[in-house]
Parts: sequence; structure tokens; C-alpha cells
Amino acid sequence: MSDMTVNSGVAFTSDRAAKGTAKGQSHRLTGGLVERAKPLSFTFDGKTFQGFEGDTLASALMANGVKLMGRSFKYHRPRGVLTAGSEEPNALVELRSGARQEPNTRATVAELYDGLEAKSQNRWPSLEHDMLSINDKLSNFLTAGFYYKTFMWPKTFWEKLYEPIIRRAAGLGSASGEEDPDVYDKGFLHCDLLIIGAGPAGLAAALTAGRSGARVILTEEDFLLGGRLNAESFGLGDMSGMDWVGQTQAELAAMDNVRILPRCTVIGSYDHGVYGAVERLADHVLAPEPGKPRQILWRIYSKRALLCAGSTERPIAFENNDRPGIMLAGAMRAYANRWAVTPDQRVAIFTNNDDGHRTATDLIAKGVEVAAVVDTRADAPTVEGTELFAGAQVVDTKGKLGLEWIRIRTASGVTRDIPVGALGVSGGWNPNVHLTCHQRGKPEWREDIAAFVPAGDIPVGMSVAGAANGAFSTSAALRTGADSAVASLAALGFDVAPADLPEAEDAPVNVTPFWFVKEGKGRAWIDQQNDVTVKDVKLAHQENFRSVEHLKRYTTLGMATDQGKTSNMGGLAVMAELAGKEIPQIGTTIFRPPYTPVAMGTFGGRSRGKEFRPTRLTPSHKWAAENGATFVEVGQWLRAQWYEKPGETHWRQSVDREALATRSSVGICDVTTLGKIDVQGADAATFLNRIYANAFGKLAVGKVRYGLMLREDGICYDDGTAARFAEDHFVVTTTTANAVVVYRNMEFARQCLWPDLDVQIISTTEAWAQFAVAGPKSRDLLRKIVDADHDISNEAFPFMGCAEITVCGGVRARLFRISFSGEMAYEIAVPTRYGNAMMEALMEAGEAFGATPYGTEALGVMRIEKGHVTGNELNGTTTALNIGLGRMVSQKKDSIGTVNSRREGLNAEDALNLVGLKPVAATEPVVPGSHLMAETGEVHAKTDQGYVTSAAYSPHIGSSIGLGFLKNGSARMGERLRAVNPLQGQEVLVEVVSAHFIDPEGERLRG
Amino acid sequence: MIINHPILGPRDAQEFTYLGDASLIERPDPQAENADETFHDYVYLRDNPAGEHQELWYHEQGDRSWLVVTRNTLTHEITDVQLARDAARARGRSK
Amino acid sequence: MAELKALTALGGYEPRVDEFAGLIIREVTDRALASLAARLGSEADCAAAAKGLLGAVLPEPATWVAGGDFTAWWMGPDQWMIDADYASHTLLAAELKSVVGGAGSVTEQTDGWCRFDLEGSSCFDVLERLCQLDLRSGTAGDAQRTALEHVGCFLLCREPGRHYSLLGPRSSAGSLHHALMTAAGSVL
Repeated sequence: MSDMTVNSGVAFTSDRAAKGTAKGQSHRLTGGLVERAKPLSFTFDGKTFQGFEGDTLASALMANGVKLMGRSFKYHRPRGVLTAGSEEPNALVELRSGARQEPNTRATVAELYDGLEAKSQNRWPSLEHDMLSINDKLSNFLTAGFYYKTFMWPKTFWEKLYEPIIRRAAGLGSASGEEDPDVYDKGFLHCDLLIIGAGPAGLAAALTAGRSGARVILTEEDFLLGGRLNAESFGLGDMSGMDWVGQTQAELAAMDNVRILPRCTVIGSYDHGVYGAVERLADHVLAPEPGKPRQILWRIYSKRALLCAGSTERPIAFENNDRPGIMLAGAMRAYANRWAVTPDQRVAIFTNNDDGHRTATDLIAKGVEVAAVVDTRADAPTVEGTELFAGAQVVDTKGKLGLEWIRIRTASGVTRDIPVGALGVSGGWNPNVHLTCHQRGKPEWREDIAAFVPAGDIPVGMSVAGAANGAFSTSAALRTGADSAVASLAALGFDVAPADLPEAEDAPVNVTPFWFVKEGKGRAWIDQQNDVTVKDVKLAHQENFRSVEHLKRYTTLGMATDQGKTSNMGGLAVMAELAGKEIPQIGTTIFRPPYTPVAMGTFGGRSRGKEFRPTRLTPSHKWAAENGATFVEVGQWLRAQWYEKPGETHWRQSVDREALATRSSVGICDVTTLGKIDVQGADAATFLNRIYANAFGKLAVGKVRYGLMLREDGICYDDGTAARFAEDHFVVTTTTANAVVVYRNMEFARQCLWPDLDVQIISTTEAWAQFAVAGPKSRDLLRKIVDADHDISNEAFPFMGCAEITVCGGVRARLFRISFSGEMAYEIAVPTRYGNAMMEALMEAGEAFGATPYGTEALGVMRIEKGHVTGNELNGTTTALNIGLGRMVSQKKDSIGTVNSRREGLNAEDALNLVGLKPVAATEPVVPGSHLMAETGEVHAKTDQGYVTSAAYSPHIGSSIGLGFLKNGSARMGERLRAVNPLQGQEVLVEVVSAHFIDPEGERLRG
Repeated sequence: MIINHPILGPRDAQEFTYLGDASLIERPDPQAENADETFHDYVYLRDNPAGEHQELWYHEQGDRSWLVVTRNTLTHEITDVQLARDAARARGRSK
Repeated sequence: MAELKALTALGGYEPRVDEFAGLIIREVTDRALASLAARLGSEADCAAAAKGLLGAVLPEPATWVAGGDFTAWWMGPDQWMIDADYASHTLLAAELKSVVGGAGSVTEQTDGWCRFDLEGSSCFDVLERLCQLDLRSGTAGDAQRTALEHVGCFLLCREPGRHYSLLGPRSSAGSLHHALMTAAGSVL
């Protein structure tokens, strides 16, 4: 070791010439699973590089000698790649540009494609020269709890000052701010056995299960199947690991019952065998084909699941262990074997177990110089081709933007500085138990492998095989994978034998736990993504945050997007030591879905923009759209809100015109959206008697009645009408908003409360297009529509009549003499297919009367003018008494809500009554939501008299009018009150009037 | 979750609407002298067990059956599913 | 008075047809529908009367059967949907009621639904993006009610993987069609 110096500072200059040059690939080795015949061009921070097909962004950057890939979250420390997989905490980049820019993408799993653009994050002005690296100098202040302690006061500063500044300083990547141009899809898959992970265990399981004929889904987050087999140099039987993977994949692909999903991450385990998975279909190409999804969110229904998710290597914490070039030893080996790249030509290994030695051996075989293997174990075995320091530790490192040398303390206690450009660290391996914990399963500690493994409380139907279950050797992975598949399928009744498996390495796990180096005053990183150090954990302990969950939240350890895959164990170990406990006594925090980060767009899927949810169109939608309608969303429905006529410049002009025309002549409104429920059966009338608060038993055939529905607590919840078409046949209408709820409650009543009533119900809302034809000319208009053999004179068809008729020469229709506007009015229904034509026909027949289509606004104006209640008044707190219909609640029969409606508190003398409200000054508005207070005096909750529920401008009254609830309001007509709206400093003097502003006697209805 | 519908077999819980405690089937006698009290309890008092719970689910996006599902609220294990109409009759409800 | 001209559920005068490689989506507008529910205690009479009309036994849960001019599928306990050609059975509900009389409740459903027929080799691949049912293990004769794109639908399997009828609420025809088109475009 002639080139080794003792405490002499920097003795090694990295190969800077290779950095940043195009087509350099100075760090590319021989072999590997990259297509050298397929070079790919890409950019990182604007510089062009070349890699090969099969590379990830991380491996391609490494091939080009790039070690520095990002800046850390808090301290802006220069960082490089730590891992070779989805657990990566450091190498996060902004991928793509423009609207497709995606922040915080792990370079280690970003598959290289020609034209890929990537940018480093969290730095300004450049990755090499980052202004906020000043934070690193301030690190003594920015420890755990810094924000909690510092930004406590003044309170008002938080939202406006502190938070925006902190967010700007501490963010990682940035979102594009533009709409994502890509589409995302979702879907549903079913299988007997879901196998999660296609490493040796998963492949052996899939072969076994596939040959049995069971329906199998095999998912793999990587773009290659094989897992660690692609990263190792040893063979399987007489084949290389990679060749065995190829052969196995070919056999599986030929099976109709096996579905292989590469680039597909199972993100969550849910109840009863349901799994969530994200398949990345187009992240590895420049852009998805038009209409084709970038990603699919799958919901997988499995009868059994087998977790073969492998394991994740854990680092050892030591001073300045975060310099670019310091990575996990297994990752270093994977880069060399699979991608044929090395972070440096001269590396060292720091390990506490035999697996670290494997990395040294493989790198040496690839021609990389391994300067030293530093093993914490005094009895560590030797490695050929390098110097072993047994019982030694790495105690510090140096290097500005990348590792330049490491300082070790040998077993004899002396320190040495070894110049290396990269260091592989292995602290042992953690089984990937995450999915076993998604239903609160707690893993248990296995002393022999010094790691947590899944315990008995894993999700029902799940088994775990291979390294995920602590079976770390390849042979054990293959065997447990096949055996678990046999067991899972046997439980489903499949008779199956394990697949024949090749001979494979079966090395024992030789690990002596070693978590962090105690020497040194500087910072030793545990969680590199959230910049949490050993010191921070100590501080948390010192400040009494001693539960593992408190530690996590106080220090943010494990709370970054990697969920602490490489850091949680280190944190637990430090904490255990401080508490003087064993690791299993400390316990673990809970892993939650998703296993790896998922883009919001993927969860949104197809549900975006106008397709966010389904839309329901009324039968006359086409006509309305052609005739100036502005539409409003009412639940899922789109309803005409008003119809703008040429020359109208403000919506109020349209609404006033529609309301005036209706009251003076005739207006037409599509009211199809009201729920319609067909109720039949010998006990139909009895049933309605129990559903409605008022009596229905004696309603005559051919008549309609208003009905009020209560909840069982005595509060109103819906109103509508029921029309009796036969002794055993009613058609019930509900409000638009409650159509689904009323139907559900009716099913509840007939199935659960009175199961032996003979009553059958079905919705017919969609089957009939229904129009209100309202106003003094409504009958004249209808006479031109209704076929002549039906007499609709007032005598033959009076108010509250209903009949089945024909219109327009034989089209079947239903006619109801009901009114929401307070005018003489009808509702006419025809089969929905004729709805649009019916609107045209009504308008044509009404031309002579100036028939006017009206929307929901005019409908609202007219119902407020009449004091008719709607959702604003039936708001879940009001009783029949409150809305002025107290006497409707029949006391002669039982119906839902009757008993509780009698409660004393709901019948107090000063109970709220529905009243009308008029501004004393006609120009003033009545504002819904305002509270009613005495004309003078304090405005306070305790002086509250009631509130305004609805208001509109009434063109008939010539002012704003309102409805509201007022204490003992029925007895307070003529009183003046203030309607106050403290939120906007508004006070309007109003007069209490009857809620029936128009035609209080109801004469128009019956005309 | 998956609910094993007594007629249709295993169905995704997404197809269902949840109501709550199956004691809602046991609507008190409105004619009883203490109906005020029994209806108060019926509407407002529920057991909220950490463990096995009988509850009402409605197959709204399916056959419109109300079901009584026996579910462990700690583990979500479902041990029994009945048509609510059958359960209601078994509890003495009729017309 | 001019004759009322019918619109299809998608708002056209002719049913819409969309073709993809491996899938044809057809709007179907020429069917009449009526629901039939057995009256309590008259289940046997209702079934017998229905058999007289259909020439087939009312279907078991989650299935459909065809008989003569009619197709029937199970909707819920003691409840079925009956389907027939619209031109020749425009008044299907009345026709059905005249047969079952007091043994059954009959409700016209013709215009309550829109229907899309999916035909072609790619049905599985497209429907698995939309529907949580395990269609790949389904058989001809299955009739399921489920939610598809948040819309309550019936899905009838005529030939597994190759031919399905999808019925959804008529007012949501546009959203349902959009979902079918998007899924088909995404897969094919």
C-alpha cells in the first residue's frame, strides 16, 4: 500500500477530465446488461452525455464519471448516488422539461432513453456552486426541532413570512406549474396468486404456480426481471444468473395463465387480498403515444399473494459519510455487474458482513482497483487482491464535490488516510417487509441475521419468500419461493409440485451488527434525504422524544419520499443504544402505502377536467345548448341556469325576463332531474304512509299529493309529490339532490324495517323527460299538445290531478297538475327519447303566448316568491314545525320520524318559523347566511334571532326578498330586524313578512 | 375490502354504501308507552365495539340488497354476511 | 303538430358506431325494456306467468337468458329486466303486465337506459380498464350490475372476451361513452 498516506490530507485527484465530457463513458467496464450497439444521448444540467440502452440515468451518469447528482434537502450538501434501486434517497432529479417536467425522480430507476433531459435540484445557481450551501455552515443551528423552536412567535409571522421562506429554501424539485399533457389510466386485475417481485424467489414461485395452471400475476418494479440475479456474478446450475432469468422469463411468457408486469410497483396491500400497483408504460420513452397512458394504476384482486420483494442494504453511519462516491456496497456491485460501470477506478469497501467482500471480489474481477476492505469484524475473512483491515472503521472522509479520501482507524488504533474516489458501505441487509406492514403488521427481530423479518400478523392471504423473509442466499430464495407458491396454491385447491430449481450459492449470512461509528465530532448521516444525523437522534433523545414514533416526527427521520428505506434501521439502532435497550425493544415505525412515491396524475387517472366525474344531461340539453342556455352543475346534472337572449348583458336581465314571462303568460322548464321512484304492490299505500310524515292512505287514484319526509330523528330531509296511478301503483318524486338517498332509504325501509310489506320499487328518473309548463297560459299551450281525446279542462283535470295521456298524435305521456312556481301549472312527461322534441314542440305551440324557457335561477326566484322550501331550508336542522308544516305531520299513524318529532326541544314556543324578509329600503339586498338581530342592540350569538336561508331579486316585488328562520317568527309579522353579515361588515334593515310574497291565498294554482 | 354477498359472491366494497350498526333494524314500537325513550336510544345510542360488529351495508352499485355484515373492526375480517331482509325477519320484523 | 322525433341517448338521430382495431362500440337504440318484480307471496305465479311469455325460466342471480322475442336478466332478489325489440314490443311494459297481472309489478324502463354493445377480440383488455368484475373467468350468460366509471351499469356477457352489452343510466350516456372511447383508445 505504497500510495497510502497517514494523515496527509488529500492524496488523490479524481479524474476530472472524464467528468462532463460527451461520449466519454470513461467509467464503463466490460460485460453487463447494456446494449453497446444502442447508444443513447441524454442531457444532465444541459450537458450532453451518452449511455446505452439498459442504463438507468444513474448508471449512465456514472459511466460518464459524474458523481455529483444533487444537493441535500436542508443543508444543500453535495450528494451522489447511494443505491441502485427505488430506495434511493439522494440522486433525485427533475426529469424531462416543459409541462412534462417531473420533480424528485430517482435517477437510479429512471430508465435511459434517447433524448432524456434531467436537471439537478435544490441548487442555485448551479449544482457545483450552490448559494444555500451556507446552510451547511449553519448546521449547528439547523438541528432537529429547529423550526419548532425558532419560528414560534410572533404567531402571525408564520403564515406570511416564515413558511413561504422556509418552503422556498427547503424544497427539492419544482413542479412545472403547467397542466400535465399526458394521460393516466387505471384498471382492475384478478388472479389466484399475485407474486410481488421477480427476483430468484419470485421467478421460482411463478414457474411453480404457472405450471399448475393457476392464474398468476407477476409484478416487477424494475424493467428487467431477475432482481439481484442481474447484479451478481455467480451462476445458477450451469448457467449465468442472467441466462437463467432469460430462460425462465421465456417459459413464463408462453403461459396464458401468467401475466408478467415489468415496470410495475405494488404500492400497497389492502384488505382481503386487494393490492394497488402502478405500471409505468411510457416513462422510458421520450413521450407516450397520443392517447396512450404514461402510467396505469391497477387494483389487483388476489386470492393469495406472495411477497418476494427482496432486501435493501443498509449503510453504516460515520462522519461525512454522505460525500458523492460513497454508496452501498451492493449497489456498487450491481453497477459493475449489471451496468458495467464503476463510480471510480479506485474504491474501498467498509463492511460488517461477508456480503461486502463479494463486492470487493466482483470489482476486482472487473478490473477496478479495490484499495482496501475495512471490516468492523476482528475475525473478518481475507479477500484476495486487496488489503483487509479487520476490526477497523472508517472514521472520516474528505473531498469537496466528491469523495477524495477516507480516514480509517485500524484495529491497532492508528488512523490512516486512503485515497479513493468511491467507497462501498455494507451494514447488512434488511428484508423488504414494507407491504407486510400496510395493515399494521409489526415485523420481528431475527438475531441470526440482525434484521427485522415479517411476523405472524401480515395481511391475510399473504406469504413471504426469499430475502424479503430473511432467506438471503440465492438457493434459499429459489427454494422458499417455490415452496411458498406450492403452499399458497394448495390452500386454493391446486395440486402442484415445486418447479425444478438450479443449484445456486447458499452462503450463510455472516454479519456482526455495527450501526454507527462513535468517533468524531462532525455529522454522521443516517437519513440522507431528510438530512438527519446521529446527532439529531441524540438530541431528540436528550429532549425526551423517546418513542420511536416521536423520534420520527421530531427529527423527520424516515419521513422523506423514500420512507427511510435505507435509514430507519440506523435511527432505531442509535436510539436503542442511547436508551440502553435492544433494537426489538425499541420497535419500528409503521410503513404505509405507497411503497414508492406515486404521481398525483396516476391517482387521478382518467378522472380529470370535465371527466372528473360523470355528467348527467337532461333530455332537452341539446335544445338548451342551441338556445343560449348557461348550464349549472346540480349534483352530476347539468341544468339550464338561464337562457340568454340577444341584447342581454347581465344574467339578471335573463332571469327577470324568464320569471316575469312565466307569471304573465307561460314558461317551460326541464324538471327531469327530480327523482322519480315507481312504487307498486298491494301494500304500496301503507308503505308511503310510513315513509311520508303526512297521510297517503286515502289519496284517490288520479291524484297527486305533496309529501314531506322526515329522518327518524324528526328532522325534515326531503319533500316531493306522490301521484297515484292505481290502487297499487304510485310515482314518487324527490328533490334532485336527494334522489339517491330517498331511494336508498326506501329500500332500507322495505327490506330492513318492514320486510313483509308487499311493495316493490324501482327508479324511473331517467325514463321520462319531464317539463314544468307554468303560468296563466299553460293550459292553453297544453291544449295544442295534448291529444284531443284527453280533457284537461279545470273541471276534468283540476289542481293536483294526474293522468296517463297521449300527446302530439299518440306519444305516451304523463300529465300532473302540480306547481312549484305558484302559477297554474302542469308537469308533462314523455319517454326520454322524445324529450328534446317535446321541448321544441312546447316552444312551437307556445309561440303565440310568448312561451319562455326558464332555468334554475328563475325557478328559484319564483319558489322564493311563493315561500316554497328547498335544500336551503331543508338543511338537516329544521323540523316540519320550523318550515310551517307542523300540522302536516300526522299523529294518527306511525311514520319515520313521527315519534322523535314530538320531542319537547323541537316544539319550544320560540321555535324557528319560516318567514319572508323584505329590505326596508328597496335598493338594499337580502343576503343569505345573514343572521337576524333586533333593530338595535348588541350583535352577538346570544342575541341571535334567526338566519336568512334564501334570497333573490324578485322582479314582481321590485326588490330583493328572502326567506329565513326567525324565533317565533309567525307571530312577528311587520317587525323590523337587522340582517347582519359580520364577515363582510354588512347590515341590512329588513321587515318580517309572510313567506308567501305572491298570491298568498293560492288562487292562481286552481284557476 | 371484499364483501361476500350471500347471493352474488365476493364483491368489492366499493359497490356498497355503509350505514352502520345493524341494530337500526330494530326500530322500536311507536305505540309503546315509553316510545319517546326507546326512539331516542334507537336514533342516538350505538355500540362502537373494537372487534366484532354487525353492520348494515347496501349494495347500491349492485342488486340493491341491504346486507348485515359481521366485521371485525380491528382486523376487517368478515365472518358472516346475510341478506338484511332475512336478518330482519329473524329479529321478528314483519309488516 | 309535427311528429316528435326521437333522439338517441348520445343525442343523435342515428345510433353511433365507433371502430377500433379489435373492438367495435355500438350504441343500441332499438330495444324496449321493462322491469318485473314478483309480488310478495306470488313469486311462483309470477315466475310461471313470465315463463309463459318468455318460453324460458326467469334467470338465476347474475345471469341472463333468451327466450323467443325476449331476453331477461336478474336485477336483484325477485326482480328482473325484460328486453325485447322496440319496434315490435314498444309497449313492452303493458304487454308484460297483462301477462303477470297481480303477481308482479311491472315498470317501463325503455328510456331509462342507454346501451352500448362491445364486440371484438379486445373486449377483455378494454373492459379491465373500466370494470372491476373478473370478466376473464366469466361465461356467456353472465349478467352483472356494477359501477363502471362511477356509473351504475349492467354488463351482459354474450361471448366471453368478444361480445358484451353494457347498459347504463341514459343521462350519463355521454360520460359512459367517453369512458369507453378513452379506454379503447388507451389500449388499442
